[in-house]
Amino acid sequence: MRNRIETQHTMAPISPASSRRSGRRHPLATAALLVVGLLATGGAYALATTTATAETTAASEQLVEEGGKLFAANCASCHGLQGAGTDAGPSVIGVGALAVDFQVGTGRMPMAASGPQAEVKPVQFTQEQIDAMGAWVASLAPGPAVPPERYIAGDGDAAIGAELFRINCAMCHNVAGAGGALTEGKYAPGLAGVDPVHVYGAMATGPQNMPVFSDLNLTPEEKNDIITYLKYVEENPSVGGFDLGSLGPVSEGLFIWIFGLGGLIAVTIWLTAKSN
Amino acid sequence: MRFTGWAANYIDERTSASTAVKTLGRKIFPDHWSFMLGEVALYSFVVILLSGTFLTFFFDPSMTEVEYEGSYVPLQGIPMSVAYHSSLDISFEIRGGLLMRQVHHWAALLFVASIALHMLRVFFTGAFRKPRELNWVIGFLLFVLAMALGFTGYSLPDDLLSGNGLRIIDGMIKAVPVAGAWISYLLFGDEFPGTDIIPRLYVLHILLLPAILVALIGAHMVLLIVNKHTQFAGPGRTNDNVVGAPVMPVFAAKAGGFFFLVFGVIVLIASLFTINPIWNYGPYDPSPVSAGTQPDWYIGFADGALRLIPPHLETVIFGYTWSWNVLIPLVGLLVFLAAAAVYPFLEAWVTGDKREHHIAERPRNNPTRTAIGAAGVTFYAGLWAAASSDLIATHFRLSIEGVIHALQFVTVVGPFIAYFVTKRVCLALMRKDREIALHGYESGRIVRLPGGEYIEVHEQLDDYERWRLVSYEEYQPLMVRPDARGRITARQRVRAGLSRWFFEDRISPVTQKELESQRH
Repeated sequence: MRNRIETQHTMAPISPASSRRSGRRHPLATAALLVVGLLATGGAYALATTTATAETTAASEQLVEEGGKLFAANCASCHGLQGAGTDAGPSVIGVGALAVDFQVGTGRMPMAASGPQAEVKPVQFTQEQIDAMGAWVASLAPGPAVPPERYIAGDGDAAIGAELFRINCAMCHNVAGAGGALTEGKYAPGLAGVDPVHVYGAMATGPQNMPVFSDLNLTPEEKNDIITYLKYVEENPSVGGFDLGSLGPVSEGLFIWIFGLGGLIAVTIWLTAKSN
Repeated sequence: MRFTGWAANYIDERTSASTAVKTLGRKIFPDHWSFMLGEVALYSFVVILLSGTFLTFFFDPSMTEVEYEGSYVPLQGIPMSVAYHSSLDISFEIRGGLLMRQVHHWAALLFVASIALHMLRVFFTGAFRKPRELNWVIGFLLFVLAMALGFTGYSLPDDLLSGNGLRIIDGMIKAVPVAGAWISYLLFGDEFPGTDIIPRLYVLHILLLPAILVALIGAHMVLLIVNKHTQFAGPGRTNDNVVGAPVMPVFAAKAGGFFFLVFGVIVLIASLFTINPIWNYGPYDPSPVSAGTQPDWYIGFADGALRLIPPHLETVIFGYTWSWNVLIPLVGLLVFLAAAAVYPFLEAWVTGDKREHHIAERPRNNPTRTAIGAAGVTFYAGLWAAASSDLIATHFRLSIEGVIHALQFVTVVGPFIAYFVTKRVCLALMRKDREIALHGYESGRIVRLPGGEYIEVHEQLDDYERWRLVSYEEYQPLMVRPDARGRITARQRVRAGLSRWFFEDRISPVTQKELESQRH
């Protein structure tokens, strides 16, 4: 998190695009933007507008350039120097900054090894670097951008979210978001502890085997409802006690055979033991 | 004291209860832990009755659509059936309701599990032999009824999980040739899911099935008393007596205590562990199916059979589709269950044994039966595991196709491997028993005799231990003999063949003569 906050301090004043994006990082981002804006207007009143625009463009270009370098160093061996893809990896043209944020921000990219699907692992880059790569990828062609804070706040309608989740997500991710199997070693991961922006990113960009839920399919508000439901499930543990992984009847059956019946067999052995 | 005497006399003069109490009170129960598994089943059934009665006070099986207005936030304002609403109310609004629901469900899982284990105990010790064949059949019916009760109960909350389960049943019914669609409409009263099925299942679940179950439990108990309990062989324990504690007072005290222990274990589990969190699943809607949708464990083998059968097995004859991918599992499971039900009669016919048996066999002493049982268990286990193929794949990081193929192998080839391995293990154990009975244990103590010879001292068994190893019956394969008309029928040949298969490989028990010659 600290990393995130630093990022927003350095980036907030730079470009309108990234100020919208940094809003989700921290409530102070808006304040920081305001302070910078006021200083700029106060310092050079007459030339304020033109100077600010010029600076923003320059900074944004600088970000894109930095992202391009990071991409060339870390991603290009599979995705191609111009991001057009190679035999080893797909094209990233038009995937948008949000796809970069999801794939790199969850540690899925860069991949450690090719396999059925990219695994979640420790994140390899700072948020700043991820944003830079995102900016470079977004500069290739338009694509889904990182959503504003209001769509990932998780303050929507949990009931609508739950219903949308059951209809659209549960067949792979399980009703309680515990995850599930797909074909040939692929799987839908469990959703506990996933950052809301990554949940949103997964829905909007459809990583790996996941279908894309575009804004026409699930509006940003509906995505927020789903995030609200997931947040509710995460923050409200099962009222019935330990949830045994929320995996359904299989874990319940295993439990009753091993601990229920197993425990009672121990009792029967105790009851019939000869006293000595 | 005076009053109790008077009261007892009053009742006895009018009911002759003392005869029954005397007989029952003197009934002997041998002590062995495996003889108490049936008790676990009985006591968990009592718990099910008690908690189930509580649930009926608050559950409403109507399928009328209402809007949820309870306290579970992620369902507020969602349309659902009254049945699901009242299940949620039991879980969230009614004091103690969730605990009772969980007690009921956990006890149900334990009920079927303990019946299954009890059946395995009876099978592997040969306790189903004459005169107990009929009680085996009653026990088998109890097992099937318990599964039916479990399944109808699983369907009642009308949540997504239960609806998915019903959908599979509907699909299996519709796969029945010719009559399938008719039966489905008859059962559901409409195109699936209709609005009749929950009230109908409710009547089955709380009235018809429990009534039959209680009646059969009564018959099971009466036959248990009439037939007396089996016991393992031991000095003084013969085919003609039962050695153990009488019901009054020792066994009754123990059993009473055990009932509360079973109750306590169930309540402990129910208070600590969630079972079937219906609020996660949402109301039933035929379109969504959640990942990890499975039946309760005892229906798992049927679900597994559907998962293991290769897809696309369909033929179209005269415009009718024959779904072999559903019919083969359906028929296969019915044959498997039927084989379990009639096994005592098959074995009696093959062995030609018409004597009564009250001594429980050690599984090793009947290698072929034990091997058949192991094959059956392996077959069942393969199907059972297949019901969780998706969870096996995700949790052991395997591909689901690999898991399915491996389990297909386990289900088809596994029983044969299990049969041969088990049979050889049993024979080897019998050889070991024979060796120990004759020569005792190797003590590791080497003694040098005055003449210079070295011998190892063997520790001999005492009589109690030896009895266990030597007292079992030996069967010989039946010989083919001409009948009264001097013919050998095909039936006899089959029987002789089966008998040879059963008893060809055997280890004879140690005889008294052998023991004595060994001693000198």
